[in-house]
Amino acid sequence: MNGTMLITFIQQSIRLSSTLLLGSTGEMITEKSGNLNLGTPGIMAAGAISGIVGAYFYTSSSAAFSPLLSILITLGCCILGSLLTTLIYCFLTITLKTNQNVTGLALTTFGVGLSNFVGSIINQRMGGTGVAAFPEIGKAYRTTLPFADKLGIFGDIFLSYGFMTYLAIVIAVIVAFVIAKTRVGLNLRSVGENPATADAAGINVDRYKYVATCVGGIISGIGGLYYVMDFAAANWQNNILDQFGWLSVALVIFAVWRPNIAILGSIIFGALYVVGPFLLGLSTKDQELLKILPYVVTIVVLVIISMRDKKENQPPESLGLSYFREER
Amino acid sequence: MADVRTKQIREPLIHITKRDDVSFAKSTVIHLIGIAVALLISSLLIVAITGQNPLEIYKAMYEGVIGTPIANSGINKKYMESIHQAAILLCISLAVTPAFKMKFWNIGAEGQVLMGCLTSAYCMLEFGGKVDNSVLLVIMFAASVVVGAVWAIIPSICKAFWNTNETLFTLMMNYVAMTLVSYFIMVKDKSGRSDLGIINERTGYGYLPNLFDRNYIFNILIITVVTVLMFVYLKYSKQGYEISVVGESENTARYIGINVKKVIIRTVAISGAICGLVGFMIVAGDKHSIKSSIVDGQGFTAIMVSWMAKFNPILMIPISALIVFLSVGSKYATSAFRIDNSIGDILTSIVIFSIIACEFFTRYKVNFRKPKGRGKA
Amino acid sequence: MLRLILVFCFEKIIEFWVEFSKQNTTERGKTVETKAAIQLKNITKTFGSVVANKDVCLTVNRGEILSILGENGSGKTTLMNMISGIYFPDSGQIFIGGNEVVIRSPKDAFDYKIGMIHQHFKLVDVFSAAENIILGLKEKGKYDIKQAAKNIKEIADKYGFEIDPNKKIHEMSVSEKQTVEIIKVLYRGADILILDEPTAVLTPQETQKLFAVLRRMRDDGKAIIIITHKLHEVLSLSDRVAVLRKGEYVGTVNTAETNESELTEMMVGKKISLNIERSEPQNPQDRLVVKSLNCVNREGVKVLDDISFTARSGEILGIAGIAGSGQRELLEAIAGLQKLDNGEILYNNPKTGETDNLRDKTPMQIRELGVRLSFVPEDRLGMGLVGNMDIVDNMMLRSYRKGKSVFLQRKGPKDLAEHIIKDLEVVTPDANTPVRRLSGGNVQKVLVGREIAASPTVLMAAYPVRGLDINSSYTIYNLLNSQKKNGVAVIFVGEDLDVLIELCDRILVIGSGSVTGIVDGRTATKEEIGLLMTKSNGGGQNG
Repeated sequence: MNGTMLITFIQQSIRLSSTLLLGSTGEMITEKSGNLNLGTPGIMAAGAISGIVGAYFYTSSSAAFSPLLSILITLGCCILGSLLTTLIYCFLTITLKTNQNVTGLALTTFGVGLSNFVGSIINQRMGGTGVAAFPEIGKAYRTTLPFADKLGIFGDIFLSYGFMTYLAIVIAVIVAFVIAKTRVGLNLRSVGENPATADAAGINVDRYKYVATCVGGIISGIGGLYYVMDFAAANWQNNILDQFGWLSVALVIFAVWRPNIAILGSIIFGALYVVGPFLLGLSTKDQELLKILPYVVTIVVLVIISMRDKKENQPPESLGLSYFREER
Repeated sequence: MADVRTKQIREPLIHITKRDDVSFAKSTVIHLIGIAVALLISSLLIVAITGQNPLEIYKAMYEGVIGTPIANSGINKKYMESIHQAAILLCISLAVTPAFKMKFWNIGAEGQVLMGCLTSAYCMLEFGGKVDNSVLLVIMFAASVVVGAVWAIIPSICKAFWNTNETLFTLMMNYVAMTLVSYFIMVKDKSGRSDLGIINERTGYGYLPNLFDRNYIFNILIITVVTVLMFVYLKYSKQGYEISVVGESENTARYIGINVKKVIIRTVAISGAICGLVGFMIVAGDKHSIKSSIVDGQGFTAIMVSWMAKFNPILMIPISALIVFLSVGSKYATSAFRIDNSIGDILTSIVIFSIIACEFFTRYKVNFRKPKGRGKA
Repeated sequence: MLRLILVFCFEKIIEFWVEFSKQNTTERGKTVETKAAIQLKNITKTFGSVVANKDVCLTVNRGEILSILGENGSGKTTLMNMISGIYFPDSGQIFIGGNEVVIRSPKDAFDYKIGMIHQHFKLVDVFSAAENIILGLKEKGKYDIKQAAKNIKEIADKYGFEIDPNKKIHEMSVSEKQTVEIIKVLYRGADILILDEPTAVLTPQETQKLFAVLRRMRDDGKAIIIITHKLHEVLSLSDRVAVLRKGEYVGTVNTAETNESELTEMMVGKKISLNIERSEPQNPQDRLVVKSLNCVNREGVKVLDDISFTARSGEILGIAGIAGSGQRELLEAIAGLQKLDNGEILYNNPKTGETDNLRDKTPMQIRELGVRLSFVPEDRLGMGLVGNMDIVDNMMLRSYRKGKSVFLQRKGPKDLAEHIIKDLEVVTPDANTPVRRLSGGNVQKVLVGREIAASPTVLMAAYPVRGLDINSSYTIYNLLNSQKKNGVAVIFVGEDLDVLIELCDRILVIGSGSVTGIVDGRTATKEEIGLLMTKSNGGGQNG
């Protein structure tokens, strides 16, 4: 690997990492409230397709194209779409106390199915070429700072990304701070650890779960949008986001439920995922085999955490359980 | 004035209490209402998309499931295909059930089935023509079952010894399996199309034979047997009893001298073995091909089927039939409109949402502010 | 129309005035308030078809300690949970400082300055004491855990607690956790404190300390409610006693004007003697000889420290000790559920005359040796029985392996279930009812019945009367006594020292995992045992 390739490799890794980081930051907030949301892949897909829907309507309107407006519209649609999808999960698991695993899986089926369905309709309306593409919007999302390319290697490695990459890191840092250092974070953690205690302490458990899961869902959804708009340059493709959704869920474990570790973890995952073509001399099939690595690494981390059995590194204690105050 | 009144009320607007067990009849009614609501939403959705008369839609869905023979197959009736699909979903649901009953959240059925498929396909390519076809089928069968079991045993060992979270572990194993299949295809495929097409198309090595001139009969027979065996195993066998005890309380299991680790590993192995068997049936009895999306999410759907049926093998029959028929029917009904196949997934999830939501009403009672006479639950 | 508006305005004004006066009273403190801190009127609560509280009326004044006395299952905790917002009453009224209030959630309860210390502590294990204490508070200003720790220290000093605000809950002893719970409600400015069975997990010495703190709080003007079923505590601590029986309010008496037998009568309804029959052991033989058991648990704590004793046939051996001193590990070790670091458990088989070492054998292997060992564990529905299974299937737990068939035989267990239901008068619709639907006493009858049906030579029972009403408790005592007469070596782990002294022939006292003494049940006194319980040979955390 020569220098140029190395830089491209780093750029690619970081680009992909943003999707994973947003996805897993969202899932972390959700899990901190005691909800294991296996619907994350579905939410990411739904968020992404909502953005695409926004893009379709914006570009097919007669208004003059404005990059900023296109970003605002797609982002707004994405937030709305992922929020609505997450609300299905919230209503079922929190209000109706259904099983979280089953609900989450059903939500993934739903979200991925919906995104494929809507995607194919938009594709058809746009002429049925197989891809729904919005190159102008992709360009808007990938706009870098004007002086980024004048700063040599530093600029290439640190400043060559669209705004969402930085947004992802900022969100992760903020979430890490809120969880560890604020009253809200303390309350949130107590809801995930021991909802009965939180309830007795005067915390509205259901409200915390709703808000955390919805905020988490929106952040994950933005992760999906990032992938489509920035990484894939506003090209919609069916069935692409669920694997990144599951990788995001995996990243939560890898980062032992800490968003700041997830920043590094997402870059490692991103690197493992894109490294194939950069390893010269590797055949295509071996590159394919390399894609196993993020999953295997996660499994290893999972097993090690459980073997060491340290109290600080465990999942929230009531993760996956519904809470009912009058349970006897 | 209403404002003042609300301030003075003494009960919250809605107050939820747990109820004693509901009768079977009541729970059935609740679930039927749930399914009816789901079907209504589904058909409204299709109507909204296609703009057709709902009755026409239902007719088309019925056609799609039972329907007329497919154009150029001659032998196959469409309903056989529908039944077969439902049977495959049923079988995966049966596979995950013993583990679930033990509260082992095996969501790796997708990967376990896929590994079964991979093994069968490998055997077809490797031994096809070298041994007698019946011997080949036996090898495929045995190898798939073993590989499926091994794929499930790995997380179960970690669960038994270190209490590793099996939900996340088995989830990851799915993707490892998918990647392995992609890799396998690339290794075996010399054409560079990344697609093996139909394996042994000319020779038919490793194909399950047709019975009574029909495809799928072999698979359906196997699945019938598995259903009956699973029902008996869970309800009447000592091992089935042990599974229930471990699932209800590991402490009780230890207390009466059950080797919990052994039961966990054994049960999950059975789960994985049946998944492997399904993989064999998909490849040898239906698709005669391999690709990483061959299981098509049925491993996940099966988890929901098993849960909705409350782990009762008999109840799983109508539920898997409902889901498959709805999905097949909706695809057929919308096919004229060039709509993406994923409409089936959307409808499936709507049905699942409604059925699991029903559970709330069987477990809890909703009390509104002014109860008009408090009936006993 | 105009009239409506007028009425509306009028009601608004009244409402405002009520709110205003409520604030006023809390601001001006004791002087203008009525004496009653909290009043309950006709409170009723049902769970499904079970009536937990029926028309309960109660008053607690400021600056007094009120005991709520009642047997287990008499609805004390349910009642208090309604004041603290955990449950919502089906009907009835609650008044605080004279105003009717609605308590819909624990949050509401805090706003009315009510704080409850639950029997099962409501603490987050991975949080520190300070984090637990400020949990859920909406204090103004920055989130500052250090400042909180300082405030906590202040409260602790005021009432004489010892606490380390930065210690994690999972590293704490039971009494430390209780301290955190109490400070938690004080930190929230609670004026009305409810303590649910606070002494159940404490040593007599820790109990005295707690009582001193409670008295100090009373003198500070707080209203304190303490739930208990221990008469002597009621008499020594409280100003007044309210008695509940089977969910109904029986009455309130001044402690100074009552005595133990009057309270007992109020509690159980009729005068009964507290005497438990105790026969002389017949022909005792050494059945189980335990020699220097040692065990270190997963956290690295030495839970069993060189324990040795002998259990004899035809005798009841009591085991006394503070909760969590190693009783559970000891019984589980004998039953083959606990790995030991060293020691021997020798069983003298009365049939063959041989001696077997049971150490490190699984429950299966123990049974295969022909050792008839029955065990009634502390956790009935979590260990002894499966709550979701019916009585028949629970009977099978012990016997399902019998025979070579791979299938279950349900005939025998069904007969046994019906037999037990009839003999022990288990109240249940039928043998196919899930045991979790039975009441505590009936659950225990099913469990003890099954364990005795195996005609054991050794019977171990851990807290077998916990949570049972008096009649059920006596059924259990009688069953143990009849086993003793049949020549069974009975090991009885108890928490009520009065019962241990009345029932057992010998009492083994353990403290911090080691034997601190063996006394004769016929001559020992409670004080003597209490002292032994807190004595520690190993210098453990309770020392």
